[in-house]
Amino acid sequence: MHEMSIVTSVLDTARDEAAKHAGSRVSKIGLRIGEWSGVDRESIRFCFDALVSSDPRPPVLEIQFLPRQNLCTRCGELFLVKDFEIGCPACGFTPTKPVSGDEMDIAFLELEEA
Amino acid sequence: MTPLTEKIAVEKKVLNENDRVAAGLRERFRKNGVYCINIISSPGAGKTALLERTLARFRPEERVAVLTGDIATDNDAKRMERFGFPVKQICTGGSCHVDAKMVERALENWDLSSLDLLVIENVGNLVCPASYDLGENEKVVVLSTTEGEDKPLKYPGTFFRATTLVINKIDLLPFVPFNIAVARDNARKVNPNIQILELSCTTGEGLDTWCTWLEKGVLA
Repeated sequence: MHEMSIVTSVLDTARDEAAKHAGSRVSKIGLRIGEWSGVDRESIRFCFDALVSSDPRPPVLEIQFLPRQNLCTRCGELFLVKDFEIGCPACGFTPTKPVSGDEMDIAFLELEEA
Repeated sequence: MTPLTEKIAVEKKVLNENDRVAAGLRERFRKNGVYCINIISSPGAGKTALLERTLARFRPEERVAVLTGDIATDNDAKRMERFGFPVKQICTGGSCHVDAKMVERALENWDLSSLDLLVIENVGNLVCPASYDLGENEKVVVLSTTEGEDKPLKYPGTFFRATTLVINKIDLLPFVPFNIAVARDNARKVNPNIQILELSCTTGEGLDTWCTWLEKGVLA
């Protein structure tokens, strides 16, 4: 369970960003979490709720989930990887190149007047 | 009145701060010619045993050091200290992984230019350690034959990020249901480029190949 330290890190970054905009508070945090990132979305929400519980106007958490996607370097097919099948479904070429599913990013913040 | 809302793009890695410290470590390793490996496995797969066998084979003049991570106790550091190389225990104090700051702190008074090889033994856990870059050259995942051969599929994050897989306890193959061919296939499904080494810390089989692999990294 490393979600607690991950969420702590997210909140620290959000606070730092908000500090750059005087008189604002963070109203929403947008995360991008990949299928193979090694973090669990439900645990993220659980830890987030726990960590903002003392905040009278806690920010909203929005999580965008990104499935594992690979790109075929031969025919250019972009496809979802299911059951670890990384062969290209269009032309059969293997191995293909991972292009998403690894993410653990803070995509955006919404700030409003404090 | 609805307050004014402004949406700003941040586009930062969540572990931005860890990655920043790790990049600093990587640069220090590079400058000092230190080859660093980060060993990850579930508890009991044989990380410490592999390190003991490895250290036992090194000549006393080899420039090797070990950082060993555990949630509590310095048992592993004690196990490895007897080989005469610098060993430091990182007690993560409840944390399920070693992060870059812990490594930075552990290396505070170390002269890295006196080292060729630094081994970081992570906390026994196949999930969380994979997310934390430590500035290492290679992530090595250890899987043992007393576990399931589907571990690579259950923990793709770790096997995907590792460059090398060590299958340990191959001396037990006749006695356990572990199918090594299936294990290899599963690891390659998740990571087609993963290099696979097979060994037994009990009989010593495969340790030569492992040491040659290490040496190649150090000399690279």
